[in-house]
Amino acid sequence: MQNHIIQVNELSKVYADGSQALTNINLTINKGEIFALLGPNGAGKTTLIGIICGIVSKSSGEVLVLGKDNVIDFRFTRSQIGLVPQELSLDIFLPVIKTLEYQRGFYGHKPNAALVEEVLKALSLWDKKNTPIKELSGGMKRRVLIGKALMNEPKILFLDEPSAGVDVELRHDMWEMVRTLRDRGTTIILTTHYIEEAEEMADRIGIIDKGKIALVDDKEKLMQKLGKKTLSLQLRDPLKEIPPLLAAFDLTIDKSRPHHILYTYDAQAAHTGITALLAAIKDANLTISDLDTTTSSLEEIFVSIIENSKNS
Amino acid sequence: MNWIGLYTIFKKEFERTWGVFMQAVLSPVISTVLYFVVFGTAIGSQIGSVGSVSYAQYIVPGLIMMALITNSMSASSSGIYFQKFIGTIIDVLSAPLSYIEIVTGYALAAMSRAIVIGMIIYVIAFLFTNISVAHPLFSLFFAILTSIAFALFGLTIGLWAKDFEQLAFVPTIILTPLSFLGGIFYSVDMLPPFWQNLTMFNPIFYMISGLRWGFFGEADVSPIIATASVLILLVVCAIILRWMFRTGYKIKS
Ligand SMILES: Nc1ncnc2c1ncn2[C@@H]1O[C@H](COP(=O)(O)OP(=O)(O)OP(=O)(O)O)[C@@H](O)[C@H]1O
Ligand SMILES: [Mg+2]
Repeated sequence: MQNHIIQVNELSKVYADGSQALTNINLTINKGEIFALLGPNGAGKTTLIGIICGIVSKSSGEVLVLGKDNVIDFRFTRSQIGLVPQELSLDIFLPVIKTLEYQRGFYGHKPNAALVEEVLKALSLWDKKNTPIKELSGGMKRRVLIGKALMNEPKILFLDEPSAGVDVELRHDMWEMVRTLRDRGTTIILTTHYIEEAEEMADRIGIIDKGKIALVDDKEKLMQKLGKKTLSLQLRDPLKEIPPLLAAFDLTIDKSRPHHILYTYDAQAAHTGITALLAAIKDANLTISDLDTTTSSLEEIFVSIIENSKNS
Repeated sequence: MNWIGLYTIFKKEFERTWGVFMQAVLSPVISTVLYFVVFGTAIGSQIGSVGSVSYAQYIVPGLIMMALITNSMSASSSGIYFQKFIGTIIDVLSAPLSYIEIVTGYALAAMSRAIVIGMIIYVIAFLFTNISVAHPLFSLFFAILTSIAFALFGLTIGLWAKDFEQLAFVPTIILTPLSFLGGIFYSVDMLPPFWQNLTMFNPIFYMISGLRWGFFGEADVSPIIATASVLILLVVCAIILRWMFRTGYKIKS
């Protein structure tokens, strides 16, 4: 229990127009983790975050933040949370620094110039502090949103597609910043469409599709459990086609590198077939000069889960 | 209570007003002065006096009240509508702020803006005619109360409005006619009986009368009835707002 910072129980949401955005969501977020919520457009990620943060009303179910109901004890639960919304909703006439100062005030905190300075510097926005928002680029606006969310020094930080429109270099800075926050004890929940971002950052991953949680697991376990491995064998002589002796194996010739044949197998299976394959290669009188294996990426896992749920 | 949060909403809204000082303060002051010049001094000199005061003096509380009502309402309705329109309303919805704090913050900011404008008009009126206020404390109390009531009314309109047309509809189609027919420029007993009776259903009539009593110690209705009618508006709007925030109607999806 202590370890659970957010608990979502049987949460459902039907919008006023009748569309069912969430169906009986059960989800637990652990204290201090980075949790990545993945899912295609319209899966319900923003809706779920909106309900937890109090900006969307739920239809049924409950949300507990540190054990407290987020509707009944809204003052407590909201004070624990910082939100970086997906939409770039900002008062475009306000200077950056005012935007942050007001945000801190809304949460009932006294002004803290040192915190504002620290956050703006960490986001490379310090030299823009007096610039009105309307004169900022899209990526800068996104970073202002991140700065706003940090103004109440939240224990839990929601990042709804924080890296949309942020360039590669700043994205890495942002990841660094998120890790620093995590090291200081902040729990982080992020959504992203960049799978490598989740792969890079997350401790656990949840996949949501059509308003239902399709899967939640540790990133490592997920990638092991579902990951297919590919064995790449480099032969001394290039191959034009797979010899008949090897026809029983699921082999392909790497088109760009005719010296290589690729064997895809399930790393978790009882029989990977590697021993038999190697024996057959010997029988076919092929000589192996090198070999290596690669694990399939989270992206492939993600696509296959979404494909499966489409078919079912 | 999240006092700092309440104060921050107030401060943000109030600073927004000073950021657009010209539109926010100068234009209502100028338009009121024009009314004053045309009706008070030019036409008024032909009319003589109403009760014990000159016509120019007679219209001052009505003009101030109209400025209080329209500015308080437009400040709060446009303030909250703008937040909804650009999406920054989520900043206050996701903060540890209750409905009371949000509404009070907006209402105080709108009221302050209206009172500042009312004061400026009052000072300018001195340039044209000599007016001494019979009950200054009651006048100030009544002006503040009415401004708060219309700030709450403005909040309900601002939250309810789907687009700019709806936002502009209530002030132009309802409020302005009611203000003009509420006795800014005349006393009800100048009207034929039918119109006299109809005026009794105009809430703004009571508000203008209330401030006029504060200024001159005499008016068409008693200050108690005037205060009660303002309180009714205030309470009704507060109940509607409470319900809207409770259910999320027009606020949360
Ligand atoms: N205000 C709303 N009114 C009605 N339907 C809505 C509203 N907001 C979202 N929806 C619907 O709810 C579903 C989930 O939307 P949501 O924004 O939560 O998806 P998402 O996972 O965040 O998608 P994306 O990756 O595109 O941001 C969608 O079908 C969407 O059309
Ligand atoms: Mg989204």
